[in-house]
Amino acid sequence: MKKLDLNRRKLLARAMALGVVSTLPACDYDDPSNPDLADKFLHMMSAFNDRVQQALFNPHTLAPIFSPDQITNPPRFNAFYDISQAPVVDPATYRLELGGQIQQQTPWGLQALRALPQESQITRLICVEGWRVIGQWAGVRLSEFFRRVGADTTCKYVSFKCADGYYSSIDMESALHPQTILALDFLGAPLTPPFGAPVRLRIPTKLGFKNPKSVMQISVGNVYTGGYWEDQGYNWFSGS
Amino acid sequence: MAESRIRARPVHPWPLRLMHWLNAVAIVTMIGSGLQIYNASPLFDFTFPPLVTIGGWLGAGIAWHLAFIWLMMVNGLAYLIWGGLTGHFRRKFFPFSLRAVAREIWAALRFRLPHRHGVYNSVQRLFYLGVIFAGVVVVISGLGIWKPVQLWFFTDLCGGYFVARYVHFFAMAAIAAFVVIHLLLVIAVPKSLPPMITGGKILDPQS
Repeated sequence: MKKLDLNRRKLLARAMALGVVSTLPACDYDDPSNPDLADKFLHMMSAFNDRVQQALFNPHTLAPIFSPDQITNPPRFNAFYDISQAPVVDPATYRLELGGQIQQQTPWGLQALRALPQESQITRLICVEGWRVIGQWAGVRLSEFFRRVGADTTCKYVSFKCADGYYSSIDMESALHPQTILALDFLGAPLTPPFGAPVRLRIPTKLGFKNPKSVMQISVGNVYTGGYWEDQGYNWFSGS
Repeated sequence: MAESRIRARPVHPWPLRLMHWLNAVAIVTMIGSGLQIYNASPLFDFTFPPLVTIGGWLGAGIAWHLAFIWLMMVNGLAYLIWGGLTGHFRRKFFPFSLRAVAREIWAALRFRLPHRHGVYNSVQRLFYLGVIFAGVVVVISGLGIWKPVQLWFFTDLCGGYFVARYVHFFAMAAIAAFVVIHLLLVIAVPKSLPPMITGGKILDPQS
């Protein structure tokens, strides 16, 4: 009986020690250039989750559409800086640069983009933090734009560079989804700087941070280019 | 009575013990990282202190959550299949009636509820069936939050994305409450812990 008690105490102590260790407030991904064992494990699982999401992605499944009275008003600003810091791009001199596996790399001005067929959508933007807003965006279908500029849509990645130093990249299949647009208008008027003027990616099949604002350059290629948040540990695919 | 006719069988067979401890690791990690995610956009007027969160910041919280979701789902599915096929659920949780639950709570309040080793009383059956249900709800609502476009049927089932976050939170809270009661009972009856590790022994008369 005594021996059993000792074992039990040992076991209890060990169980409690395990409990304490597992709840220690460890910080992961705090130094992306020097990943520790936990970071490597999380990277591996995140890459696995990218593949799962790619398999789960159905190009014919549309993100839900909402009615005008469901639009979130006032809209919610969100970025890695304060609203006063939002980059102001001169719409008159704006030129969207193209790079990578795209045949016609002549930069596009806003007039030319507005001359293309425009698509409007009232969709939900879900932030990685958990909150969601509903907004109305209008612009050019990315698949239509790619067709016109002769982008190689067999490539794996589409990469975006922004006026504020933000950058991100998405998979080609999601880029060609019918609801993926280069938005020029938001809530019935041209985009304003906090919401991504003059051109932003609007992709309702992905989380908010995969919708880069004030896009200055689009390139297509097979080399993974990551992203501002993705390089710090957010899951790359981040599909909805 | 021939001694050889009495054979010992474990209180908890090894697959159950293995799944129990894998689940313990998964639940702790899922709740800790889930609370970290909660803190980024709280549903209520409170956030959780770093002592009970895992990851340190939102990105790592999500990474832990979506890494251990697989352990939790695969292990949980294995438990449901094993429990169904071996008759574990049928033997341990059924018959089940709410009337028996009420009767036994009344008996317990008068300290007249007998403890039968290896047999769950109705209150225990209610708790185990309840936590299995909460586990199913937490997974369905979680998938609905993770993939509201591709797995829209799970999101709709939970009343839409906005409501699904609350469903997910309360299902988690139910599981957390179960864990607290479960641990309090282990502390109250410490002899129930070693069999979950070693298997323990019940003398099982075979005829």
